[in-house]
Amino acid sequence: MTARSIRIECLRYDPATDKEPRWQGYDVPYEDDTSVLQGLQYIKDHLDGSLTFRWSCRMAICGSCGAMVNGVPELSCHTFLKDYAPGPVRVEALENFPIIKDLVIDQTDFLNKLEAAKPYLVPKEERTLAEGAYNQTPAQLAEYYSYAQCINCLLCYAACPQYGLTADFMGPAALALMHRYNTDSRDQGWEARAEVANAEEHVWGCTLVGYCSEVCPKSVDPAHAVNLIKLQSAKDYMQPYAQRLKKVLPL
Amino acid sequence: MEIVETDIVVVGGGGSGLRAAIAAAIADPKLKIALVSKVVPMRSHTVAAEGGSAGVIRGDDSLAKHFDDTVSGGDWLCDQDAVQYFVEHCTEEMVQLEHWGCPWSRRDDGSINVRFFGGMTVQRTWFAADKTGFHILHTLFQTSIKYPSIERYDEYFVADLLVENGQVRGVLAIEIATGAFVLFQCKAVVMATGGAGRIYAQNTNAGIVTGDGMGLAFRHGAPLRDMEFVQYHPTCLAGTGILITEGCRGEGAILTNKDGYRYLQDYGLGPVDPWPRPKAMELGPRDRLSQAFWHEDQKGNTIPTPKGTVVNLDLRHLGAQKIHERLPLITEVAKIFAGVDPVTQPVPVRPAVHYTMGGIASDRTTATGIAGLFTAGECSSVGIHGANRLGSNSLAELSVFGKVAGEAAAAFARDTSVARSAAGIQREATAAAGGLEAMLLSDRGSRVAELRDAMGACMEHGVGIFRTENGMQQACTTLAELRVRYRAGVKLDDHGKAFNTEWLSAIELGFMLEVAEAMAHAALQRQESRGAHVRLDDYKSRDDENFLKHSLARYSVDGPPAIDWQPVNITTSPPRQRSYGGAGKQAELT
Repeated sequence: MTARSIRIECLRYDPATDKEPRWQGYDVPYEDDTSVLQGLQYIKDHLDGSLTFRWSCRMAICGSCGAMVNGVPELSCHTFLKDYAPGPVRVEALENFPIIKDLVIDQTDFLNKLEAAKPYLVPKEERTLAEGAYNQTPAQLAEYYSYAQCINCLLCYAACPQYGLTADFMGPAALALMHRYNTDSRDQGWEARAEVANAEEHVWGCTLVGYCSEVCPKSVDPAHAVNLIKLQSAKDYMQPYAQRLKKVLPL
Repeated sequence: MEIVETDIVVVGGGGSGLRAAIAAAIADPKLKIALVSKVVPMRSHTVAAEGGSAGVIRGDDSLAKHFDDTVSGGDWLCDQDAVQYFVEHCTEEMVQLEHWGCPWSRRDDGSINVRFFGGMTVQRTWFAADKTGFHILHTLFQTSIKYPSIERYDEYFVADLLVENGQVRGVLAIEIATGAFVLFQCKAVVMATGGAGRIYAQNTNAGIVTGDGMGLAFRHGAPLRDMEFVQYHPTCLAGTGILITEGCRGEGAILTNKDGYRYLQDYGLGPVDPWPRPKAMELGPRDRLSQAFWHEDQKGNTIPTPKGTVVNLDLRHLGAQKIHERLPLITEVAKIFAGVDPVTQPVPVRPAVHYTMGGIASDRTTATGIAGLFTAGECSSVGIHGANRLGSNSLAELSVFGKVAGEAAAAFARDTSVARSAAGIQREATAAAGGLEAMLLSDRGSRVAELRDAMGACMEHGVGIFRTENGMQQACTTLAELRVRYRAGVKLDDHGKAFNTEWLSAIELGFMLEVAEAMAHAALQRQESRGAHVRLDDYKSRDDENFLKHSLARYSVDGPPAIDWQPVNITTSPPRQRSYGGAGKQAELT
């Protein structure tokens, strides 16, 4: 097999020396199973040790290596160079986040939003360890299971035009995680997180573009989660009116 | 230098670090806990654990069976007091994770389901499909948010440990985003940094698994124990080493060679029928299965591929529904990284380094040789794995002993008075920072990748599945040379302070070279074969007379580590012959 090579153009930015991000190209050998991440690693090991990117598991479960690849949010570990032949392939930091250096974005804002979603079980009934596990049928598990698959890779934030416009917007992954706990049969559910969800910049910030679900590498479908939260939030909003109406018109 | 004053520093945000931090926060909410990790916690390598976590739950199971499986699985090199404590606490920890929201897979009636795993007599592996580590890690991370006394320092690289008069006083960290040094002054440290699998060329481990905590403790005088025992997982993708879970075999997958023959029957794991039955054929332990692959390879019975020879892991008979329900990650991984759909094609696999059985020597309470330093998870050697870890004992370990370490650190911090001068520590931190800063400016010498690749190749070759005196000696020589080159300077292209991952990987390489030396020298001096340490020279069998003892590697600055020995704690189970395969009743898969 003859060695093939492809040009990877990386958006570089070093806060100490660059006023603006700049493009830099590297020629990288590849085979059919060489991922974009492996291409970046080749550059770092052999061509330019200063190229900076996050990575860890290289099997699409740790969520570290998200990047824009030819303008699309992707996990660089499960995106393959052969699919961009003959190249060049352009790799840049995830959209909508401040760049710390090269492909490394500042994810602090996301982490704050994740914490604000109260992403932990608020149990309906307290149980001691001696009482054993809660009962949860496969059907109850299925209610929230797909929303528990989020790896926090932030591709959905890079895809979300609303997050790009309004930094206050809670964003797809944090809302999907909120929905994951709300729909868990062991959790108190909506009451535990209603206040957070109902805020204008949270669930109602979503304008339903749906690109978040398209780019999700784990099929979490955050857009659907957001819609379901909206439904609950709308019910909450209507509740007092409905009750008043019932008093006036005993149906 | 910025100074952070806290009570406890937990180094590492994976399963054991998070569990320790939560345990410390619950034990005493007044204590300040700094959770310091070089990655945001959910990136930690616990995330990649697949198959499941042990905990006795079935009526036909017992703590005694879990104890026996673990001790015989470890070829009697386990500390039995630690194993006893471990098996007694696994199930309550699994329940605790359930109470915190972990989405364990269920039976139709809503109770917990458990699956078979290699070397286990009964189904006792709790699983969340084949993403158990992912779900445990996210559950622990998300739960940790509830505890305000846990302050996270995400993406802070711990570069040194500060020890004064045999007592831990703090850690020196680099804030990765800015490259600034931060001194954490504290009373207790929990080291929970995971394993060191990246020392080897082909491994299942994430890039961050570089033995930092082992290296730190080692340098400051805590011995590393049983480092010669490195686990090769038998089923990984060739080339990348990506893990294909043992859960596949737990669900009934089989291994075949190039002729479609179930070769394990030729290596003391047969007969094939009745199939399935526990502790036989594909449900044998990892050391035996990886060794069987090696023999098949020698015989020419494996299948050549551009990335190395392989055998077939065949799941097809399980059917699409079961594969998709129980093994969704494997299905995705096999499709993306190997180009095969397990529903219709076998998955080509070979062994790769997976787990470091040894680690920082600790007693049953997670206390180490340094006062105030506690340790849990893969970086530790609490003594439960012996010469070969059973699959699904490590996720349980990080919960059980993570909790113990958190509580022990909290008690230690509470009982330690604060009256002392910090000047000595600050001087020490400044000196250490100076050394690291000099490294940052280095522009001569070998590249990180060059030294790292040479280390990986020499370890695979000399300290692999099978070992010889010559091979191990060669590895020791090569490692000594690599350390000399490392000390002479590593050439960096990047001399900036902001998010300098080249600099960090050079620091990690220093830890790895020293930990690798501990592995190679302990292996060389263990003149017997036991568990995952198997020799082809004059020492082919187990030698309880001379080597029923733990190796302890002690740091000796620029030279090779000194190896000495420590007795194994045997309480109720005297050494017997390890046996797998043989006759047995057919078992029903759950």
